[in-house]
Amino acid sequence: MAAIPQTSPTPPEVPEQKTTATPKSSSLWLDAFSRLIRSKTSFIGLLIILLLLVVAAMAPVVATHDPTDQQLLDRYLAPSGDHWLGTDELGRDIYSRIVYGTRISIQIGLIAVGISAVIGILLGGIAGYFGRWIDQIIMRVIDILMAFPSILLAIALVAVLGASLTNAMIAIGIVGVPQFARIVRSTVLSVKETEYIEAARAIGAKNNRILFQHVLPNCLAPIIVQATLSIGTAILDAAGLSFLGLGAQPPSPEWGAMLSDGRAALQTAPWVVAFPGLAIFLVVLGFNLFGDGLRDALDPRLKQ
Amino acid sequence: MNSKTPILEVNQLHTHFFTKAGVVKAVDGVSFAISPGETLGIVGESGSGKSITAMSIMNLIPSPPGKIVDGEILFKGEDLLKKSEKQMRKIRGKEISMIFQDPMTSLNPVFTVEKQMVETILVHERMNKKQAKERAVELLDLVGIPEARGRLKNYPHEFSGGMRQRVMIAMALACNPEVLIADEPTTALDVTIQAQILDLLARLQKELGMAIIMITHDLGVVAEVCDRVMVMYAGKPVEYTEKNTLFELPKHPYTVGLMNSIPRIASKQEKLAAIEGLPPDLRALPGGCSFAPRCSHAMESCLSHDPAWTEQAANHHVRCLLYEEDAEKVVSE
Repeated sequence: MAAIPQTSPTPPEVPEQKTTATPKSSSLWLDAFSRLIRSKTSFIGLLIILLLLVVAAMAPVVATHDPTDQQLLDRYLAPSGDHWLGTDELGRDIYSRIVYGTRISIQIGLIAVGISAVIGILLGGIAGYFGRWIDQIIMRVIDILMAFPSILLAIALVAVLGASLTNAMIAIGIVGVPQFARIVRSTVLSVKETEYIEAARAIGAKNNRILFQHVLPNCLAPIIVQATLSIGTAILDAAGLSFLGLGAQPPSPEWGAMLSDGRAALQTAPWVVAFPGLAIFLVVLGFNLFGDGLRDALDPRLKQ
Repeated sequence: MNSKTPILEVNQLHTHFFTKAGVVKAVDGVSFAISPGETLGIVGESGSGKSITAMSIMNLIPSPPGKIVDGEILFKGEDLLKKSEKQMRKIRGKEISMIFQDPMTSLNPVFTVEKQMVETILVHERMNKKQAKERAVELLDLVGIPEARGRLKNYPHEFSGGMRQRVMIAMALACNPEVLIADEPTTALDVTIQAQILDLLARLQKELGMAIIMITHDLGVVAEVCDRVMVMYAGKPVEYTEKNTLFELPKHPYTVGLMNSIPRIASKQEKLAAIEGLPPDLRALPGGCSFAPRCSHAMESCLSHDPAWTEQAANHHVRCLLYEEDAEKVVSE
């Protein structure tokens, strides 16, 4: 600022800071990403997620056996050179089943969280933006949903819909709605009071346009964090439902179902449950680490 | 100056807020008129109702709790308060535009300037995206942003405060509005940039012939750009006249107080001559004149009698008992 010459008059045509002319474009997301990579834990999380994605995409290449191929003579084989993680009660290769199971887990994670996010963002956005009675109604329904333990609610929903992987995903999706609705509502409440929203109104923009074009894009950061964290929870919940026989049905190599099938042999062949359990643990850990890192990276208060 | 027909006329505007703690009379009986090419200043402290007046004209009062309970706002002879929300949307941004106080927060941080400007243009004009983009470049040029085309792709945080305010002005001018409401457009800027923005507004007014309502608490801004001034206190206008008259012959004790509280570079006074006390709580206004408790000329009757809005001289309205009952009575000093 001190560089402005004091003697010459300043006609309006004179640009105030020539030095700032077209600086290199940087965006919020690029900044956040570089902060994210710098944090060790979130980087590990990111690696785990990338590994999961690669394994899911390349499953036929990575797997050593057909995941549903039964070799009844090779039941409960311990890990070895041929069967890296051993075999289960039907002689299926556990390593290959886990590899194919990543596809199911990713599918569950994305679809269930997608359902939660779409419904939650819509409800939370409407509640927060329009306020008054519609806010009251939506948020009281959300409160009721939150009053149930999530797994219990999911069980009840699956019981109504019927036991299948699709229904399990729908149930888990619905169970996840309240978190999204609450986060979106609170963010919308603060964003809608900002001056640029007032400015949008002063321009003559319609409510729908303001909500979807101006308010919601500004709520993206917490939504993305919540989505990442929710994927881990969704995978865990789906494994729980499958363990109870309410999710993936045999012979699909779902990790929770594998746990359930192997629990009878826990004493004699612990690898049957240990490895699917480890896989669940690793993936949930990965998403949680990444989600935490993402939250820190997107937090403007931590920005230097 | 009043020979032209006014483009915007506000008559006895009353905007009240109905809160749990009582009715807040944020705007209570404001009247003014403004013609094309003219600049009206609305001056007052924080909470005196300046911004609510502006929001009332745009019909953007949050309701509830706010409500325009009385008055009319005539734009080209039509009462804006009788228009539907849909009709108002067509006027906002097209015929009456607004720029805000803080250019740091009045642009949406997640979109490029291009997207925001193009949106503004497309809301009101029949253009395709390409034409709208050309128009955006033209507008940025008009408000003096160098390399306008290249900067369209920038995000708001890549602009300085003064540049952002220029972008806001460019957006407000997108559809050639006939009235521009500037709500403290220079308050958040430093002094050199302030002068540039005011010069820019004056130049654009000359080129485009729009009427400007300049809301400010800075009498320096008034002196620089306004033709006429309305001074507001506690939701009511207290004085309304030509700029020169206001500075030479201020009548209302509040206006006099404001003038005295401007620090003068020539004098060597140690202490600023501030007006004693604080503005009243709008929920519980004192009986009589709202300014009476702080007024050095208050008489007994001021506490009980609310002065009327009277035309003291040609084009000089004042709301004060000193002039109402006995015009000959001179301020005792």
